[in-house]
Amino acid sequence: MPQITYREALNQALREELDRDERIFIMGEEVGYFGGAFKVTDGLLAVYGEKRVRDTPISELTFVGAGIGAAMGGLRPIVELMTVNFGLLAMDQIVNNAAKIHYMFGGKAKVPLVIRAPQGAGHQLGAQHSQSLEAYFMHCPGLRVVIPATPADAKGLLKTALRQEDPVIFLEHESLYPVKGEVPDGEHLVPFGKASVLREGKDLTLVSYSKCVYDTLAAAHELENMGIDAEVIDLRTLNPLDLDTVVESVKKTGKAIVVYEGWRTGGAGAEIAAQLYERAFDHLDAPVERVATMDIPMPYNARLERAALPSPAHIISAAERIV
Amino acid sequence: MALERDKHVAQHALLTLDEAQLLAMYRKMSLIRRFEEKTAEMYTRGKITGFCHLYAGEEAVAVGAIEALYDKDYVVSTYREHGHCLAKGADPRAVMAELFGKATGISHGRGGSMHLFDPDIRFMGGYAIVGGGLPLAVGLGLSIAYKEEPEVACCFFGDGALPQGAFHESLNLASLWKLPVIFICENNFYGMGTLVQNAICQEELYRFAEPYKMPGVRVDGMDVLDVYRAVTEAAARAREGDGPSLIEAVTYRFRGHSMSDPVEYRSKREERIWQERDPIKNLRRRLLAERRVSEARLDQIDAEVGAVIDDAVKFADESPEPPLEELARNVYVE
Repeated sequence: MPQITYREALNQALREELDRDERIFIMGEEVGYFGGAFKVTDGLLAVYGEKRVRDTPISELTFVGAGIGAAMGGLRPIVELMTVNFGLLAMDQIVNNAAKIHYMFGGKAKVPLVIRAPQGAGHQLGAQHSQSLEAYFMHCPGLRVVIPATPADAKGLLKTALRQEDPVIFLEHESLYPVKGEVPDGEHLVPFGKASVLREGKDLTLVSYSKCVYDTLAAAHELENMGIDAEVIDLRTLNPLDLDTVVESVKKTGKAIVVYEGWRTGGAGAEIAAQLYERAFDHLDAPVERVATMDIPMPYNARLERAALPSPAHIISAAERIV
Repeated sequence: MALERDKHVAQHALLTLDEAQLLAMYRKMSLIRRFEEKTAEMYTRGKITGFCHLYAGEEAVAVGAIEALYDKDYVVSTYREHGHCLAKGADPRAVMAELFGKATGISHGRGGSMHLFDPDIRFMGGYAIVGGGLPLAVGLGLSIAYKEEPEVACCFFGDGALPQGAFHESLNLASLWKLPVIFICENNFYGMGTLVQNAICQEELYRFAEPYKMPGVRVDGMDVLDVYRAVTEAAARAREGDGPSLIEAVTYRFRGHSMSDPVEYRSKREERIWQERDPIKNLRRRLLAERRVSEARLDQIDAEVGAVIDDAVKFADESPEPPLEELARNVYVE
């Protein structure tokens, strides 16, 4: 199987889907002539033209809203937010319109819209450019939240997103774009709501998603040297959330750590821990640990930023507390 | 002074429209007025609850505008949208049942007064965040242009939406991409209880068209024919591929912002002045004088409309509640 980067995998998915369905188009800031702020849409304008690869002005609220309207008008828009941080300007359209239109109008309207957004910290971009906001979207009923870690999942989940009918928030960690992995050529679909067990183990369950999956795998490797056999689960989508796979794992291991880059308080880890207490309390031998970003605006300084973010060392410390 | 405005009188429009069309407009306006009067009554009786914003007084805007559109044109509206939805052709039974929160309602009891929707007549929804519908209309306009179809997207909003970023961003994007969108601002002088000149630096609202390089006109929103003429021109322009227009329809809501508004911020004298300009009485007077339509004919229309609304209330009242088992349905597409 060919080895390509996460960025190339997304680009490949976009090309295949643009070829497959005339209703699909892309719009967002710098997606056309610039080739995408992170080069995900590189080369698409030359092939598909300005009609289907549309540069927008810096008007997040309105081009996201226009994506919703275009979806209601029978198209299948992909809206790219340059980063999730700017998506906050569009939260009214996402939360009050996209997420509610199907339900609020009695099931008579659909919004098959995919909103792609790079997110995450680690590049010394300061407090306003370093956020992981998946919990905001996960909190709101009506939105699908997709957050792939591997190039193959990036491709397969994006293609799935474009073939279902709900609004999707598709979150790509900025550090993952150069990561390489095996990606199947051509048709490759990954279903929503199906976690992937990346490493089997019997002593401890490590639950993660997005970039933290790699920190978690590194920690699992270290833990093995310490005699702790950790299972690693990549959730891949947060809505739908495949807790069954996590519960099954916890039944075996009795211990769980949730690793994620959102803020610790009110993050996805809080929800996953709460659901584990509800569904697997009798199987837990220790409290569910959360390894997440400190509850602070991200500082610029590199040493401070590293210390604020979850890391393999943090995961190992948490494991030592409960195993 | 709030009541100072440009005066456009559609002197010739009445002469060029055929009688059937004029009577259809009269019927629709009468239907909306009767619907709103009944709605107020049912609200007072506790049959309708929640927020409820009535359109009485503004009928000429919805009817004049929508009469100038094709059936397949889209309409996007606000939380004060009973009139637009009915003018677009919704079944009064389904709209009233929605206000009653019933399973037979136009949004199956999930939306209520502020969230009517019917894709079959291309009424694309009432939205209750001020300015929130404008970007959707831009998107619908984009879908029309993308598919190279001849339709337009017509978006209604109040004067209260003008200070919102969504208004300015939407006009910019629609103009930039020359999309077939008609922006219709219903200037009724008050955003809730705040006078328009206390909310925005430019109270001649149609002038916001100029910086966004589109035609902007102010029309008499109490004159259905003046609205009709302006929207006809804007629609023709949009269908030609010449892009969006902004129309400011100066109008007046006869009731408060919502059913819970005691209207203490405006004078009785001001209200009386505007009630004398009642758009339905205005059209009636002209039909009698200039078209020699008989009083009996118009009375008959009013009676027919009254019966339709009475039937709608009966239907809504007798309709079943939405089943509890379906509470969590349609959060996601099934």
